[in-house]
Amino acid sequence: MNTQVKTQARVNTSTAQIVFAALIGLTIMIVAGHLQAATLHDAAHDTRHATGFPCH
Amino acid sequence: MLYRLVTSALFAGFAAGLIAALLQLAFVQPHLLHAEMFESGALTHSVTAGSLTHGPAYEFDAMRDVLSVLFSALIYVGYGLMLVAGMAFASERGHVITARSGIIWGLAGFIAVHFAPAIGLPPELPGSSAADVGARQIWWFSTVGATALALWLIAFGRSMISWGVAAVLLAAPHIIGAPHPEKFHGGVPPELAGLFASNAMGVGMAAWVVLGLLAAHFWNQEEGI
Repeated sequence: MNTQVKTQARVNTSTAQIVFAALIGLTIMIVAGHLQAATLHDAAHDTRHATGFPCH
Repeated sequence: MLYRLVTSALFAGFAAGLIAALLQLAFVQPHLLHAEMFESGALTHSVTAGSLTHGPAYEFDAMRDVLSVLFSALIYVGYGLMLVAGMAFASERGHVITARSGIIWGLAGFIAVHFAPAIGLPPELPGSSAADVGARQIWWFSTVGATALALWLIAFGRSMISWGVAAVLLAAPHIIGAPHPEKFHGGVPPELAGLFASNAMGVGMAAWVVLGLLAAHFWNQEEGI
């Protein structure tokens, strides 16, 4: 019983960490690749085109 | 766990981003700079007289190219975090991740974020006409999400139903269709647009294979942390 509870807690913690890592990744990708703020757009312009992101 | 996730993604993403940037500068950038000359009006394309196949000699622009390398590394670190998160989720459920299977993970990532959206929205040259950027972004993100989920269902689904759902998810974005402008009036030679799109896809595929391979390699190496 105790082991089961512990295992469940460990799985929950790791799932939270996995989701957290994926969300950081998604945020980096959105900021670097998709936000249309002028400075960001100009700096990332060539990479955005070459990566096939919608641009302009 | 989080430490292992982040370090694997950072190393793999940075290396893949660097390779993507170098390949981009070698294969994609010359087409992009050539197209910009049509966009700015420095060159005009005439169907009867034609345009030279090669643009003017490639000029190294330090600031511009360093920014490309930086953003490429950032984007692939972002991709790396999502890919390693997927690998961690799968290995928590008993699936074995090896460097060799990492290549398949990388190819699946390439299909989700490059190939599937490129079916409706091919990588655009500067100067191409396109629909509203907001509408294109919504279609792009929906397509990437649906395709990634479909590939997951194909890889890990346990019944025929999950394969059926996957087929629907793969097809739906293309049945709905990507947003396109009312009229096409780009002044760039269509041959150049084709070369740009196919070169960009090739670079993306190479970078994602490296990303998958290295992400799986580092994920295994950091085991136990």
